[in-house]
Amino acid sequence: MNKILNIVWKDVLVEFRTKEIFPTMLIFSILILLIFNFAFEFKSSIEPNTLSALLWVTFIFAGLLGLSRSFALEKENNALFGVILTPVDKMYIYIGKFISNFLITFLMELFVIPVFILFFNLNILDIILPVIGIVVLGTIGFISVGTFFSAMAVNTKLRELMLPVLIFPLIIPVIFNSVRICSSIMEGRELAYYKSSLQVLVSFDIIFVVICAVLFEYLIEDS
Amino acid sequence: MRYILFFLAFISMLVANYMSLMYAPTEKVMGHIQRIFYFHMGTVWAATLAFILVFIASIMYLRKESRKWDIIAYSSAELGVLFITLTIITGSIWAKPVWGTWWTWDPQLTTTFILWVLYIVYLILRSSAGSNVKQARYSAIFAIIAFIDLPIVYASARLKRGISPVVFGPGGGGIAPEMMHTLLVCLVAFTLLFIVLLKERMNILKMKDIINSIKIRRNF
Repeated sequence: MNKILNIVWKDVLVEFRTKEIFPTMLIFSILILLIFNFAFEFKSSIEPNTLSALLWVTFIFAGLLGLSRSFALEKENNALFGVILTPVDKMYIYIGKFISNFLITFLMELFVIPVFILFFNLNILDIILPVIGIVVLGTIGFISVGTFFSAMAVNTKLRELMLPVLIFPLIIPVIFNSVRICSSIMEGRELAYYKSSLQVLVSFDIIFVVICAVLFEYLIEDS
Repeated sequence: MRYILFFLAFISMLVANYMSLMYAPTEKVMGHIQRIFYFHMGTVWAATLAFILVFIASIMYLRKESRKWDIIAYSSAELGVLFITLTIITGSIWAKPVWGTWWTWDPQLTTTFILWVLYIVYLILRSSAGSNVKQARYSAIFAIIAFIDLPIVYASARLKRGISPVVFGPGGGGIAPEMMHTLLVCLVAFTLLFIVLLKERMNILKMKDIINSIKIRRNF
């Protein structure tokens, strides 16, 4: 546990000192929301389904920005070697990286949600907690796959270009279910309506965190 | 052995053609267009075989790290993409007159489409991975994850209502015996075709390896 926290702490500290990824992600996501606002011509009544789709597209794109830097950062000065040479199970490295990526992305999302509410004139303060819960679940899902393939993408010839191509087809269940649940919550539906989506989302999270942690050992053996 | 397989695949393909076009009775509601279904089923069957083989070969590669399993996975993935493309095309041709649309986001179609995208990404990943070992290991990992992802994609897509026909199992209509014979012959024919193509593709890759090693030895 301590080993994992060390890696998390290292990443958070690096981010805190360089202030590289987080502000970029935040500005980027706000810009996306602005573009959506222009694209929808400042309409005030957009359907909940479209709204939650917009929210998730923003999260995924901005999150992708952070993910692609996550391992590219380690490539500088060959810092990745140091990380790999750490005498711990490779699984811990993955979990550490996963947690730090999750924290940074989630923090970004917490900042984006108020902006989102502001830009689109929403009245969702009473259901904000369940929405944030779904945001946590969805973020776990796409960060788990994203962290894993970020480590793979930096070692390919196309580098960061490869990352979205690799993860977009894989995270379709996450996007589909998160959007579905969020829009049902916004529409004020009962839990029974989106229960099966919630089950699929949670099982995706569990399955992929475990599988990625297990396979990570093969991924960075000698890269 | 190679020529026997070749010959068998050729003959069974001819028989499959004859049976699906002449022997099988015309379907009452859909008419002649239904005959494309025998090839639709054949290609989807071959694609399924191919992707299961990719999955198994990928696991074996990660365990054994031998080039043989990598060659199997690669050739099989290429053929899988070929067959699944044919499946989508034949399915669309069938769907246009029957459903009135070339494409719809029904669970089976969605899953097939994502399957198709995933294995094209697999091939892109192979071509951009760099060294041989990296190529093999990365694509093996991706194949395993993609294979596990598919049931979840299907489970999510099923949350929307579907319209793909269920022919067998509970709720299915069942089919005439002649149709069943034709279908079985088609499945056999496509299995043989798949095996023949797989062996040829693997041979080409092996020859490539040999040529490369000769080149290195002679300092080209």
